[in-house]
Amino acid sequence: MKTVAIIPAFNEEKTIGEVVSKSKKYADEIIVIDDGSRDKTSKIAKESGARVYRHLINRGLGGALSTGIKAALLNGADIILTLDADGQHDAEEIPKMAKPIINGEADFVVGSRFLNPQTMPLFRRLGIPFFNIVAFILFGIRGTDTLCGMRAINKKAAQRLEIQSNGMEAALEIHQKSMSNHFRIKEVPIRAIYTEYSSSKGLRFLPGLRFLIKLFTSKIIK
Amino acid sequence: MNFIQFLIIALSLSVIIKVISSFKKRSISLRSLLFWVALWSAVLLVFLLPKTADYLAKMLGFWRGADLAVYFSIILIFYLIFRIFVKLEKIESDITVIIREIALKEKKQDEKKR
Repeated sequence: MKTVAIIPAFNEEKTIGEVVSKSKKYADEIIVIDDGSRDKTSKIAKESGARVYRHLINRGLGGALSTGIKAALLNGADIILTLDADGQHDAEEIPKMAKPIINGEADFVVGSRFLNPQTMPLFRRLGIPFFNIVAFILFGIRGTDTLCGMRAINKKAAQRLEIQSNGMEAALEIHQKSMSNHFRIKEVPIRAIYTEYSSSKGLRFLPGLRFLIKLFTSKIIK
Repeated sequence: MNFIQFLIIALSLSVIIKVISSFKKRSISLRSLLFWVALWSAVLLVFLLPKTADYLAKMLGFWRGADLAVYFSIILIFYLIFRIFVKLEKIESDITVIIREIALKEKKQDEKKR
């Protein structure tokens, strides 16, 4: 079974090299989607051994993930993993994420930082459950960490998944579509590495508020 | 006729003329033409014959024609914002599709060269 890890990256020259090198040990191929970065993200990712796809302009997380999934399928992936480029996910956990798919127990595996919350900063410890509640109310999604960027999905499910959102709300869209397509969903506890850098890249208060407004409007529109 | 009446009548007429000429140049659809002409004709009518608004307002249970105009305008503005929003979302996702295709194509060509 070919395991392909896809890493959407936007201006992540500081961390992308390390993330790619570490992930290489656990996945057969690494695909980096450079989402219109203005720094050396593409160059560093390429040098570290990733197959790099470049968006000419920034389209957001959903746009990049969707490109990544398409590219992975074109490259013959059987299991597709998604990781954040800021280094908050531990590549060592890739096999743990892929296992339920290899064993045929799940079609979609989502990591949960909240099944193991002691390493989490307080802001996250409050923010994640809040967004879980919002995700449940607006989209009926049940999960302990609905916004987690570490996921694994099998080929068949990936082929049926059409992501339409461009931004971060894609995380919820993937979850919701997995439910409506009756994929077997499994949550796996993961450890998140919160460095100063990864925290600065995560969802902070104001972007969080904007994200919330976007979720409400997308609920009204769709 | 007071100044405001004159101004709005002139504006309505110029918008109607502009909409018709845009339709002739095929830059807007028949549906848009009908929508905008109907809307600005209504504005024109209300400002030319203010009593029509009062008459309509009474029929619909409002006190004054001006109240009806304000309520109607707010609803219309909300509706138009909503339509723009939906359209914008569609354009955003269309752009993403184009950018994705370019990314996939470029990579393919890149690998062929080697």
